[in-house]
Formats: sequence, C-alpha cells, structure tokens
Amino acid sequence: MQTRRNFLKMTVLSSLLTLSGLASFSVHAAETIKVGILHSLSGTMAISETALKETALMTIAQINKSGGVMGKMLEPVVVDPASNWPLFAERSRQLLSKDKVDVVFGCWTSVSRKSVLPVFKELNGLLFYPVQYEGEELEKNVFYTGAAPNQQAIPAVEYLMSKDGGSAKRFVLLGTDYVYPRTTNKILRAFLHSKGIKDADIMEEYTPFGHSDYQTIIAKIKKFAGEGKKTAVVSTINGDSNVPFYKELGNAGLKATDVPVVAFSVGEEELRGVDTKPLMGHLAAWNYFQSIKNPTNTAFIKMYRDWAKSQKLPNADTVVTNDPMEATYIGIHMWKQAVEKAKSTDVDKVIAAMAGQTFKAPSGFVVKMDEKNHHLHKPVFIGEVKGDGQFNVVWKTKGPIRAQPWSPYIPGNDKKKDVPDSK
Amino acid sequence: MTDTGPTMKRLLLTLLLLLLPASNAFAALDPALVRQLAAEESDDKIAAIRQLGASASADAAKVLKAMADDELLVADEAVFIFDGEQAVDAATGAVIDPVPETYESITVNNRLRSELANALAALKLYDPDRAVRLAAATELQSNAGIGMAPILAAAMAKETDAGIQALLKQAHALANLENPDAAARLAAVELLADSASPATRGLLLPLLDEANEPDAAVREAAAQAVDAIEARLAFGEILGQIFSGLSLSSILLLAALGLAITYGVMGVINMAHGELLMIGAYATFFTQTLFRAYFPDYIDWYVLAAIPAAFLAAALVGMLLERTVIRRLYGRPLETLLATWGLSLILIQAARMLFGAQNVEVANPVWMSGGVEIMAGLVLPWNRIVIIGFTLFVLALVWVLMQKTRLGLFVRAITQNRPMAGCVGVPTGRVDTMAFGLGAGIAGLGGVALSQIANVGPDMGQGYIVDSFLVVVLGGVGQLAGAVWAALGLGVVTKFLEGWSGAVIAKIVVLVIVIVFIQKRPQGLFALKGRFVDN
Repeated sequence: MQTRRNFLKMTVLSSLLTLSGLASFSVHAAETIKVGILHSLSGTMAISETALKETALMTIAQINKSGGVMGKMLEPVVVDPASNWPLFAERSRQLLSKDKVDVVFGCWTSVSRKSVLPVFKELNGLLFYPVQYEGEELEKNVFYTGAAPNQQAIPAVEYLMSKDGGSAKRFVLLGTDYVYPRTTNKILRAFLHSKGIKDADIMEEYTPFGHSDYQTIIAKIKKFAGEGKKTAVVSTINGDSNVPFYKELGNAGLKATDVPVVAFSVGEEELRGVDTKPLMGHLAAWNYFQSIKNPTNTAFIKMYRDWAKSQKLPNADTVVTNDPMEATYIGIHMWKQAVEKAKSTDVDKVIAAMAGQTFKAPSGFVVKMDEKNHHLHKPVFIGEVKGDGQFNVVWKTKGPIRAQPWSPYIPGNDKKKDVPDSK
Repeated sequence: MTDTGPTMKRLLLTLLLLLLPASNAFAALDPALVRQLAAEESDDKIAAIRQLGASASADAAKVLKAMADDELLVADEAVFIFDGEQAVDAATGAVIDPVPETYESITVNNRLRSELANALAALKLYDPDRAVRLAAATELQSNAGIGMAPILAAAMAKETDAGIQALLKQAHALANLENPDAAARLAAVELLADSASPATRGLLLPLLDEANEPDAAVREAAAQAVDAIEARLAFGEILGQIFSGLSLSSILLLAALGLAITYGVMGVINMAHGELLMIGAYATFFTQTLFRAYFPDYIDWYVLAAIPAAFLAAALVGMLLERTVIRRLYGRPLETLLATWGLSLILIQAARMLFGAQNVEVANPVWMSGGVEIMAGLVLPWNRIVIIGFTLFVLALVWVLMQKTRLGLFVRAITQNRPMAGCVGVPTGRVDTMAFGLGAGIAGLGGVALSQIANVGPDMGQGYIVDSFLVVVLGGVGQLAGAVWAALGLGVVTKFLEGWSGAVIAKIVVLVIVIVFIQKRPQGLFALKGRFVDN
C-alpha cells in the first residue's frame, strides 16, 4: 500500500499545484465595482496577452488614484484562461456569475471571443474586446476597441499596391489556422479580385497554433516570389509562432526590399523576443505605434514604464507599448465615462451611454465610439520595423476612419444592419 | 592598374579629408540636393538619391549612409547629422549651434531603402578595397534599374578583377532589361541565360508576355533563358526540401532519443519527457543569462557551455524522478502513465513559478545566425546545419555509451531479461537510475537544440511529447536504430507533404500513415530478434 499512498499524495499535490496557478485573486474593499480581466497568462498567446492584463491593471490603478468611478474604487478580478478556448468560456462564466463583475476586458484571438460570446449573451454581460479582428460580427454585449478589416487589413494591402509600398502584384496570405486569418483572407481575396488580381497571383497558407518550423513555407514564398511579379506577404500569424517565423525569414535572407511582409498581429511586444536587424523594413499595420510622437503618447508610455518598474515585471527596463494595449486603455476609460454618464453600472444603461463617447487617445487623435455599431473610429498607421524593434510610420490616414464590421467585400453583407440585433 | 589611377587618387584625397575634423569633411555637396532628401514626395527623394549616388563623392556616401541608418535628421530648413554631440550640416559640414530643439529623422520606406542600397553600392564600386567592391557588385544583383546602367557601364570599364567584372556584367544586363533598345535587351537576356538565380528568372518572366515585350526575338531568347535557369533551379529546390526534411528529422530525433532509452529500452511510459526537454531549454536560457551577466565577451559561446549544463540539469531531475516515483511503479504501465503525467504538470508549474508564464528569449549566437548560400536560391540557415551536426554527435555519444561501456552492457542485459541479469550480479536498481538519468540527460540536450529554433516556455514540452512517442513507436520499441530511421522517415515525409498540401493537412496525413503502419506492423520498423521474457 505504501506505493499507492505515495502515488495518491503525488496526484493530490500535483492537482493542488495546478489549481494554484489557475485560481483567481481578488482584493476586498468596502464598496467597489468589480472589473474582470480575461487574458491568457500562459500558453501560446501569453506572449501577446500578458501585457494587456498589465495595461488593464495599470489603467484601473490610475482611475482609482483619481477617485475611482462615481466615488467607488474599481476592483480587478484577474483570471487566466491559459490560451485554451473552452476555458475562456468557463472563466467568463465564473467572472459573470460567481465574481459578479460589472464589465470584462479581455480576449485576444477571435476564437476565444467566439467561445465567450454565448456566455455574455446568456448572462447579459459586457465585454470590451481590444484587438483588431476580422469583423463579421456585431453583438450587443460587446464593444470592439480594436480595428475592423477596413481599419487595418484593407489599407495595408492598398499601401502594398501603391508605388511607395513597392507596387506589389502578387500576394501570399499566410496565417494561423483559425477564424480570424481565414475570414480576413477571404475579405482580402475578394478585395484583391476587385483590384484585378487573379487567383493565380494569390497564395494562401495556414499553419497550426504554436507552429515552429517555417522552412517549407519560407521556401514556398521564395519560389512564389520568383515568378516574375513583385510579391508581398500578408501575415496573420498569431501568438508565439511569429518568433520562429521571423527568425527563419531573417536566416533565409529574404529581405524586405525584395519581399515585404506586412503583419496584422505583430507589434512592439511580439518583436521583443526577436533580433530585429534582419527584419528591417518589414511592415505592420496598426492604429497606434509606440514611436508616434505626441504628448498624450509620451505620458502613456511613461505611465506604463513606471508601472512595469513598480510591479517588477520581467525585463521592466525594456517594456514597450502597442496597439492592443492602447485599445485596452481607451476601452477602460470609455467604459468609465459611460458609467458616469449613465450613473449606473447596469449593463444595458452603460451600453446606451457608450454611444458617441470620445477619448483623446495616445495615437494623437480623438477617437469616438460609433453611435450605432459598437466600434471605434480609428486612424490607421503603417510602420516599418526598425533595428531597435520599434516602428517607423511610413503612411497614415488623415484622420479616424469609421469601422465597417460587415465588410462590403463579402457577398450578402450589404443587407446586414449596422446595429446589433437585439438593440 | 594605370587606368584606375586618377580615381584612386581622388579617393585617397577624400579619405584624407574625412580624417580631418568633421567640420572640414563636407565640401562639395549641393545644399539644395541634400535638402531634397527631406522632401515630402518619395519621387523627389529618389531623384536626389540618384544624383548623389552618381556623384562618386565620399561625402555623398556619408550622407546616404546616414539616411539609410535613419540618422539623417531634419529640423525646419536644416538637414544635419550628429557627429558625437555636435550637429553638423549634411551639405556644408558647418557646425549647427545650438542644436535644434525638435528634429526627426527622414522617413525611409522600402522603396527608398532599395534606392539607397543601390546608390551606396554604386559609390562603393570605385573603392580601392577589392572586398568592398565585390560586396557592392553582389548587392547590385537584385534590383538594379535602368537608371543604374550608365553607372555600371562606367564601373565595368574601370574594373580589373575578373570576378567582380562578371558580377558587374550581370548587373548591367539586369539593368538593361528595361532598355528601350531591343538589341540591348536581347544581348542582356542572352547574357542572363547563364545565371542560376531565382531573382533573374523573376525579371525575365515578364518578358515572355507580348504586352511587356514587343520584340519577338527578345521574347524567344527570354523563353530559352528562363528554361535554362529553371532547369538549374529545380535541382536546388529538391535539395532544399531534402535539407528541411533532414533538419526536421534531426529535431525529432533529438526530442525522441531520450525517450527511446527510457521508454524504448526501459519500458517506462514517461509522459514527463517533454518537460525534460523544457528543463534542457531553460538550462540553456539560464546559461545565457549567466554569460550575459558575467562573461559578456564570450556570449557567443554560451551554447557550448549550455550543453553540459542542460545534460546535467535534466539528468539530475530525471534521476530524482526515477528514485522518488517511477521506481515504485515498474511493471505497472498505467500507473506510471498517470504518475508521470502528474509529474509533468508539476514540472510545468514549477517552471512557471520560477521563470514566469511567458516565453523567455534565447538568442542565437552570431555564428548560428544567418545562412550559407550553397547555390543560387538555396540558403541553408546556420542554426539548422549546426543542429544536424549536433544530432549526429549526440547519436554517436549514445551509441558509444550503449555499445561500448559497462553501463550500456548492463542496460541491454536488463532490457533482455531483468531477473537473469539480476541473478548474474547486475545491480538492476542502480542501473535503472543511471539509465533513466541518461535518457533524461539526452532529452536535456534536445532542449538545447530546440531553444535555438523554437520558443522556450513552460509548456513547450507538450508539443513534442506526441511526436517523440510517434518516433519511438514507429521505430520499434527497444531499438535505437529504429528511432533514427523513424525520425528520418517522418521528417522527410512531413516536409514533402507540407510542400504539397500545407502544414495542417500534412500533420493529419502523417498521423494517419503512422496509425495504418502500426496496425499492419505493431512491432514497428525494427523488431527485436531473439528470446525475451515477455512480461
């Protein structure tokens, strides 16, 4: 029996340890408003999402310091869905029904958003989603503070086709295999068709989550690019796969002047783990870059750096800010404004009060929540990677653009309404 | 050498000038032209870059170099460079005092960057150093436009080195593809038929189309040239695929070799095997951190120090696991499976608590970055070449240990017949611990290799556990040679399938193939021959 008891001990011990990593923490205070934070702190998406949790905590601390919301302190409830999509749904149910949070800031991948949607609809929760995505969705319970395709993907491809972008005539659409890249590429293919580009000049490739061997794909891109027309790569690779992808790209000697790669999910944070010198000139399209110079952004960057130092984050001296962090920051502030306007944290009242909210964003523009479609009006920037991992803005829109969640390039979308159904 | 005399003199002169204080270094640049580098429109910038590039002046080279490095700054009307603390006007070389309060670097996009690269290369074509000229001529092989043709022709006339001459000729021909004169185009196309570069093929392909190329003779020549180049490229392509297959095989083998000992030879279903890989990778990260802190001068060699460190770390953890848990469960595969799975969770969580949940950065040393161009269009990355070599080294190590040492003899004896080995005096308990430690240590070595190409994070091992079992089961339990062949087969087949169907489908197809194979041949590729005690 000795061995069996030991075995039992080990099992109990191991499950305890596992649980301790997943358990949420909460701080008790007299009269607080609970705010849920739902970001993967482990697994393939941790590379991107951990910084969003920090941004949310920082913004909440900032709001609390200046008196909270309607005189009440905000109390963050952090959970870790561990890059595991069904776990996202479980954790959001826990946040809404057990912790009774009034609002949730969270998710990165579209698959995680799709996984929590039914829970938010059923329990009438409120989710702020801070990442650019594929559109094709408009839910009453969600506010989208990231970009819709017409605020990121379409302008980026237009830039690649312009003279300054290299007059690309052939496109490689490369992505991780899930809903966001597939849908974005569907929209882009239709867009490229409308610009007279044939199917023969479009190559579409997908890899699984966490894929780390990009040799074949780089070889294929090289071959495809050598077929007579200027080629560009549109990458919707998500998570830590980007590190081996860019490493391989650099090692294979594929330069940005020959085949530029424009990425929609790679920002300053993802490039922290990569030697960016071989990547000089590759592009990213976002609604914010850390390198944008204006007083609001300078203050934002300083606030995050100070936060990283005070929280003793790993590599605190080299932390960077990026687009989804800005979107998280905007989202939390707008929610605060809406709660103050509605004088209540009631979900339906806050949703009504969100319409038309404005906020002076670190991107240097005043961004506005659309009166109808739950998306922000945002400016678009295209940046080239510099040797120090920052981006050099080479193109930008004159002002904020209204989001089109239903892309006009997908047939049937012209009939869809620009307001959530149950509103 | 006589005809290069005057240029040499001029260059020496400018070099001498450059050695003087910065304020005197700039002399002959047109301020308006330099100012134009900061123009709104890219077209204006490009015009200025081309003019400066054609000026054959070292000052122009300095300004363009600064622009390519994002160090050419603009404040209102002044275009300047920092020389130490001083701001120096880019055109006149005059010191600007005080330094402007707000300034920004001139935005350079890809289009400008390739123009700058060409202009800088053109300026270097007259450099006295052969290596610099060679590099410049190589640089011009990819996108020299018709604007470069006269510059290249002039450089060709001056060039004495045959190797560089040939490169220049090729670049000149590339530039001439856009020549309005059909005869010049034809000559260029005929010359380019000798090339073996995919870039050249890419430039020739549009000439096959009547819309782009009005002259029939040129079209014909271009078609022939493309065929000739393609024949040369096809070979390289297959070679590339075989290489990437070999590279994947080497990684699979490194990941599975430890398991081939613990599972294959000892029969322990070790679900924590992936975590032993992770420990090896974290040991590499740890060594790197130590080197950064204490021996920054030798940072490029931290990988070598990481090899014994990773082996020891993983082996110690492995032996600890064997002593505390696994030893008590020998002969009970199901309980071992559950217990080791629990152990893997503990190890993952421990790594998370020690190093954080996020991936850590393990940088490639300089000698493992970049690649070597075996033939035109085929670049083999150094890190993968090194890993293939490392796999062979580990394989040799394991073979020697298993075949030539006492420990290996004991392990083999115990595998074949445990009670009998015990009867003749083999200390089975100690050998088990040692063998398990060896398997774990080998997994640690696999972790070192993985850290150089994949992400290092707490759950990195999870991605390799299935592949490792696949290799061992396919190869035949109890056989190291089987694991080698299985890894080779899986790697090459996966890479060929990926080329044909994409990564997602390839993964599924490989799994189906292995399942079918195991159905037909449960003992794997190689079955142990001889008499065994079947427990």
